[in-house]
Amino acid sequence: MYVTGLGVISAIGNSAGETLRSFEQGRSGVGAITRLQSVHRGVLPVAEVKAGNEELCHELGAKPHISRTALLGMKAALEALQQSDVDVRKWRTGLISGTTVGGMDKTEDFFATFLRDPSKGRLREVVNHECGMSTELIAEKLGIKDFLSTINTACSSSVNAIILGTRLIRHGHLDVVVAGGTDALTRFTINGFNSLMILDREPSRPFDASRAGLNLGEGAGFVVIVSEKVLKQTGVKPLALVKGFANTNDSFHQTASSPEGRGSFAAMQHALDVAGVPVTAIDYINLHGTGTQNNDSSEGTAIQRLFGARVPRLSSTKAFTGHTLGASGGIEAVFSVMAIQQGCVFPNLRFHTRIPELDFTPQTEFETGLPIRHVLSNSFGFGGNCSSIIFAAPDVP
Amino acid sequence: MYLNAACTISPQITFDVDRLADALVRASGDRINAIEPDYTGWIDPRAIRRMSRVIRMGYASALSALKAAGVQVPDAIITGTAYGCLDDTGIFLSKMIEQNEEALNPTPFIQSTHNTIGSQVALFLKAYGYNQTYVHRAFSFENSLTDALMLTQEHPDYNVLVGGVDEMTDVSYTLLKRLGAARHTTLGEGAFYGVVTGRPQHHSVAQIVNVATRFKPRNATEVETWVKDFLQQNDLSPSHIDLVLHGGHVPALLQTSASHNFKALCGEYPTATGFATWLAFTIMKRGAIPEALAPAAGLSGPPKTILIYNAYFGTHHSLILLRTCQGSVL
Repeated sequence: MYVTGLGVISAIGNSAGETLRSFEQGRSGVGAITRLQSVHRGVLPVAEVKAGNEELCHELGAKPHISRTALLGMKAALEALQQSDVDVRKWRTGLISGTTVGGMDKTEDFFATFLRDPSKGRLREVVNHECGMSTELIAEKLGIKDFLSTINTACSSSVNAIILGTRLIRHGHLDVVVAGGTDALTRFTINGFNSLMILDREPSRPFDASRAGLNLGEGAGFVVIVSEKVLKQTGVKPLALVKGFANTNDSFHQTASSPEGRGSFAAMQHALDVAGVPVTAIDYINLHGTGTQNNDSSEGTAIQRLFGARVPRLSSTKAFTGHTLGASGGIEAVFSVMAIQQGCVFPNLRFHTRIPELDFTPQTEFETGLPIRHVLSNSFGFGGNCSSIIFAAPDVP
Repeated sequence: MYLNAACTISPQITFDVDRLADALVRASGDRINAIEPDYTGWIDPRAIRRMSRVIRMGYASALSALKAAGVQVPDAIITGTAYGCLDDTGIFLSKMIEQNEEALNPTPFIQSTHNTIGSQVALFLKAYGYNQTYVHRAFSFENSLTDALMLTQEHPDYNVLVGGVDEMTDVSYTLLKRLGAARHTTLGEGAFYGVVTGRPQHHSVAQIVNVATRFKPRNATEVETWVKDFLQQNDLSPSHIDLVLHGGHVPALLQTSASHNFKALCGEYPTATGFATWLAFTIMKRGAIPEALAPAAGLSGPPKTILIYNAYFGTHHSLILLRTCQGSVL
C-alpha cells in the first residue's frame, strides 16, 4: 500500500514544511500554557500548536464553536489529501481517525456550568463531544463518506488507524484511505496525567538517565494511502510503502508497561515479520519515547533484546512535539515518511546521559544524506495497547 | 466468519441464557436500563469493587461468551463503544472542577478512556494479541465486525472476541434528552460480546456473512438502492431474507419479509446492533422466534437468513447479514 500524501500540525509547525524546518533548526515547541485556563499555567510546560481556534476556523471555513480536535484534524487531513492529489469522489474512499480527546476541550467548559445546574450550559459545546463526531467534521470538510471509522486505543490510536486503512485496501474494500489522528490539549488530560505524576515540570528529556516524565502536546497527523490500481491510474508519485505493522497487548498493567517490554517487543517483532525484513533492514526507529521512567526503560529494553548489537539510529521526537496522545502515531508516521523522503534522521533533543541499563544512545543531531530505506515507528498506550509500523522507501521490492 | 457464542447484558433478562425470557421487561418512559446479573462465579468480588459498571458488564459478557465457545484466552479482542466509560469520565471531570484541579485521584482518569473495556478484558485474561477499540458512534460495533471479518481471513485459526458496549448514566441521559434524542425513542444500554472464527466449529451457530455501513444517505431511494446492492453482492434478493431485525423502520424492499423491532427490547444506543446480533444468534440456535415475541407474520419454519438493519437517527445506517450454519438447525 502506497503513501501518497502527508499532513501534520503540531507545536513545531502548522504544515509538513514548517515542521521539517523546525527539525533542521533544532527548535522545540515546548513552552508555557498560553491558551487553556488552568491552575497549572506557569507550572507545567506543554507543546501547543501555535495557532488559535479563531485563526484555524477562519482558514478552514469552519464554524466557530467546533472542537479544536476537529480543527487540527481538518488542517492536517486536508494537507495530506491536497498533496496526494486524489479525487475522493472518483474512488471508494475512507477516513479513519484516532483520537482520545474528541470534543472534550468544549465539554469541559460546558460541564462546569452543567454541574451547577443540569438545565444550563450551551448544548453546542457538548453536541460534538463524541470521538466519532470529530472524525465526521473532518470527513465533511474532505468530502469523504464511503467509510468512516474512529479508533481510541489511547496513545496508539492513530497508528492503529493507519494499519486499519492499509488492511481495508489490501482486502479490496477501499481504494483510498485518509488515516491518522488528532488530539487537542485539554484540562482533562493535563490534570489526568498530572494526577498520575508522570508530567515533567521541565521540558522533557526522552531516553535520558535523568528523565522525569512527559510534556503533553497537541496536534494532528494524517497520511493518504492508496492501492496499486489508484497509483497506476492517477500516476501520482508514491512517498513510501506501508511495509509492516502489528498490534499487540502488553497485558501487564492498565498504565504501566512491563519492565522487559514484552508487548513492545512483540509489536516490533511482528511488524518485522509482516514486512518480511530482518532487524538489520531498519535504518531509523522513531521511538515512542515519552520521557517517563517506565516507558523509556521498557521500550529501550525491548529494542535492545530485539536488535542486539545492531541498534540503528533512533530518536524520540516528543522532545520537539510533546506527547500528542492519540495523534502521536499519525504525527510520527508523517515524520517517518519524511525521514525516508529527505534521507534524514531527527535529533532526540535534551539528551545528555545514557540510560544505565541500556547499551545505546539516541541520535543527537539532525543528520541528512543518509540512505533511509526502512523506518520503524512505535506507539505504546495505556491499556497495554502496543502498535508498531514499518514504512519503506517506495522503490523497495 | 462463524459466530460460535454470544452473550449480552441488556435491559431484558439475557445474561447466560440462550433465549429471550418469556416475561419481557417494558420501558416505563423514555429510558430503559440494563439488568445486571449476579456476578458471583464470574468475577472476583474484590475485582468487581474496583470496576465501573460498564467495565463489569463488558467483562462478564466476554467471560460468558468465551466459556460458551470453549475458549480460555482469545487471540484478538475487538470492542466497539461510542460513549466509552461515561461514569468515570463524569467523575474525573466533576472532581477536577470541584477541587479546582488539585489533589485529584487518578483512578477515574485511568478508567475513563474508551479502550479500558477491551484492555481490562485482555489484562484479566492475559491476552497478548490484537486489541482494538472502535469509537465511531453507531458504526462502532459494525467497524468491530468489519475488522473481525478481515482478521479471521488473515488468521483463520484465531478465536476473536468481538463486542459492542455502551452505558447510560444519569448525566448522559439528561444530556441526550436535552439534545432531543429521547423525543421519539426509548434510550437504552447494553454490553455484547461474541466469539468468531474464520472456519466453522462444530458448535458454530451462525455465519456472519457481511457487514455494511452507510453514512447520511440523502433520501429513501439511496437507502433502497444500497440495501438492494448489498443483497445482490451476497447473491441474495429480498425474498431470501427470512427475518429482518430492525430499530423501528424497515426499508420498502424488505417489507415482504417477517420482521421484528429489536430496539423495543434494548432501547436506543449506538451499539444496540450488538443486542440484535445476540437475538439473531439465539433465534438461529433454537431454530425459532422466542415465544415472548409475537410470531412474526409470514414466517414459516426456522429463519435461515437474518438481516439486521439499523437506521440510527437517520444518519448512520447499517446492515449485518447472518446465515444459519449447516447442520446446526435441529
